[in-house]
Amino acid sequence: MSAQNTDTPLTRFGRYLRDNPIIPLLVFLFLMIALLEVLRPGIVMPIRAGRDGLISSFWVGNLIKFAIPLAMLAACQVLTMLTAGIDLSVGVVATVSAFVCATLSAVWGVAPAVFVALAAALAVGVVNGIGVGLVRVHPLIMTLGTGLIATGCLQVYQRLVINAGTHIPEFLAWLGTGRTAGMPNGLIVFVPFALFILWLMRYTGFGRLLFALGSNEHAAKLSGVRAWQVYLALYVLSSLIAALAGLLYLGMIRQTSLSLANPLLLPSVAAAVIGGTSIFGGRGSYAGAIVGALILRVLDTMLTLLQMPEGARTALFGLIILAVTALYVRITGTR
Amino acid sequence: MTNTALLDASGVAKSFGAVRALTDARLTVAEGEIVALMGANGAGKSTFVKIITGALKPDAGHVLIRGKPAPVGSPAEARRSGLVPVYQEPSLIPDLDVADNLRLTSTPSDPFRHWVSELGITDLALSDMICDLPLATLRILDLARALAAEPDVLLLDEMTAALPTDLVDRVLKTVRGKANDGMGVIYVSHRFTEISDLCDRATVLRDGQTVGDLDIEDGVEDRVVELMLGQKLDLGQRAMARTTFPQGQTPRLRVRTLAAEPKFSDVSFDLYPGEVLGVVALEGQGQDELFDVLAGFEKPSAGRVEVDGKPVSFTHPADAIAAGLTFVPGNRADALLSQRSVKENIALPFSARPANWGPLNRRHERARVGYAIEKLQIDTRAQGEVQRLSGGNQQKVTIGRWLATGVETLLLFDPTRGIDVRTKRQIYPLVRELAEQGAAILFYTSELEEVPLACDRAVVIFNGRVVDVIDGAEADEQTLMRAAYGLTAAEGAA
Repeated sequence: MSAQNTDTPLTRFGRYLRDNPIIPLLVFLFLMIALLEVLRPGIVMPIRAGRDGLISSFWVGNLIKFAIPLAMLAACQVLTMLTAGIDLSVGVVATVSAFVCATLSAVWGVAPAVFVALAAALAVGVVNGIGVGLVRVHPLIMTLGTGLIATGCLQVYQRLVINAGTHIPEFLAWLGTGRTAGMPNGLIVFVPFALFILWLMRYTGFGRLLFALGSNEHAAKLSGVRAWQVYLALYVLSSLIAALAGLLYLGMIRQTSLSLANPLLLPSVAAAVIGGTSIFGGRGSYAGAIVGALILRVLDTMLTLLQMPEGARTALFGLIILAVTALYVRITGTR
Repeated sequence: MTNTALLDASGVAKSFGAVRALTDARLTVAEGEIVALMGANGAGKSTFVKIITGALKPDAGHVLIRGKPAPVGSPAEARRSGLVPVYQEPSLIPDLDVADNLRLTSTPSDPFRHWVSELGITDLALSDMICDLPLATLRILDLARALAAEPDVLLLDEMTAALPTDLVDRVLKTVRGKANDGMGVIYVSHRFTEISDLCDRATVLRDGQTVGDLDIEDGVEDRVVELMLGQKLDLGQRAMARTTFPQGQTPRLRVRTLAAEPKFSDVSFDLYPGEVLGVVALEGQGQDELFDVLAGFEKPSAGRVEVDGKPVSFTHPADAIAAGLTFVPGNRADALLSQRSVKENIALPFSARPANWGPLNRRHERARVGYAIEKLQIDTRAQGEVQRLSGGNQQKVTIGRWLATGVETLLLFDPTRGIDVRTKRQIYPLVRELAEQGAAILFYTSELEEVPLACDRAVVIFNGRVVDVIDGAEADEQTLMRAAYGLTAAEGAA
């Protein structure tokens, strides 16, 4: 087709941004950080407030530290959204794995506790995968359902172990709160994890199939892809990632609760969408989702600084997510 | 008969972009007359029908009903003006009951009930849900609803497809009776036997023009076939008929009394390595479902399939691919990942099995994809997204996918539909070349003139059965067209 010849420079620029969605996102992230510095001089650049240092490694480290669990959960959303799905059970799964790990560590020791925590996540993932892949329940409904079931099971479990007390494994606390050279130790887990996800999406057959199923499931079937196998593996992977994020979050918060990581669920979806992943499948970028998670953390800091009442903060948070996404979609022509 | 025809359409022209679907279509229907509207695939029949019924606006020409211009743009208004169509697909809403459907079109229920029983359906309640009724009943309900509207002109589009014989007789009798009372009928059909029983005249379309208007009499079939063929565009060299036909060899694909009721009921043929076997069929004779069964998308209801002498049964296309049967579907959109690159589209089957979910073998992939692109001369200037390619190049990508994996048995369903002549001329020699290298190819095309260009033999499917096998050497278009319309003796199988 001769479509290229008739494109205006603007649409060509839009297409370039669509092929490289990370660029406008990074620009937006730095604009947000600059705005934050203007609102509260010295928070990012201590030298402006008369203190030492050009950039506050404390602030940057904190930003990254709190973005890590969110970015890991966003990986679940990016991978499932590539197939036009979603995983709404990740918040609960992260909570379950953290809770199980903390309570069992006090009784059985750390290694069995982590093992059981991952096994619980695996069970949720297998049920999700069978529901989506074989029974063909819509992922939204399926993962919402398993998330509720897991919440219920967690409450029952809590009554059983109520007297056992909790124990936060030291290495999780070290990963979650410790710093090396100013940077959070969580990066030791997160950097290899992010590289693995990027590699999985781009350089493996499995990654290709995620894009294929989201673009045209019929075409994938025609090429001999048994979709249920992919869905099963995908939702199991998603649950295991969520469990890992939950363990890291446990080490960071150093407390257990029955809804520990649940509030991260919707931001994880938002991070994926802001990062340029299409909820209709076939298009997505994990690098974008990581930047999306950072943007959400900066936004959160900003709203906290403005000292708004909780209700207004939450509402503004939602409004800004919508605005950012709409703007981004307008620029790049994605959906 | 009166002076003014009930329906008078003349000089009708319509273009879609650069495609001239109709250039000069004419049709008249007088009071009490039943006129058959005929034409081969792509002659412009569907477009003409849409214009007559007011669903489309013509670029030129006029459609008069009882001498008054027919309203265009709104089928509902055309209906009020006296022309009522009954389409091939039932136009009833599945989630409503019969009474609600009647209310939607403000059809009076007493005449409706009269016509339903007249047409041979006795056990219908107005509270029946449409989705619970069988297809044949729905078609009868559609017809009864049309008759209850007391039309001046009734348009029947392939009315008797999917109807059992007893109902066909009832329908034809009822339509004849109404025509005797003065109603005009346009009868769109492929079935010569019904047309010669029922119709008074036949109007033949070819390449968007009315090329003939014939009274129905003995031997009119030959004249109609001739008119439908006309002069065709030269598409290239005729395939050399194979003289060294591999007799006694095990067929690559042996199909015996295969059925998927109600779409096709008795299909048998042998496909040998090195052979291109054509499938000749008018639209909707069961060929779509035959290919779906062979490709593993649907399960047959009876019969058996053997590959290299071993019986096979497929529950998923992956099974068919494992047996070497690869499928290029008629609708390109079904086969392509439109937002993904040419490379990813062609390489898709490589990753299908879980054993290949790991790291991509990029060297192997580059080599195989490169081979397919070169072999098919795919224009890769816009290879980043397949949807930016032209139709012909998109089609090449769907074929290239199987060239890259290596072709054993290729099921090509109408691979040249809607693509340019230059690409078509590239596809026939390619098909021949693959066969010479030992592939077995089943080739359905909706354009009969392609059969002698690509095929060694052709099986003819009519009404869900293989009715004839034609040798490549004698496959001139006249023979093929006659066979496709079920005009040869219904004997023999491959």
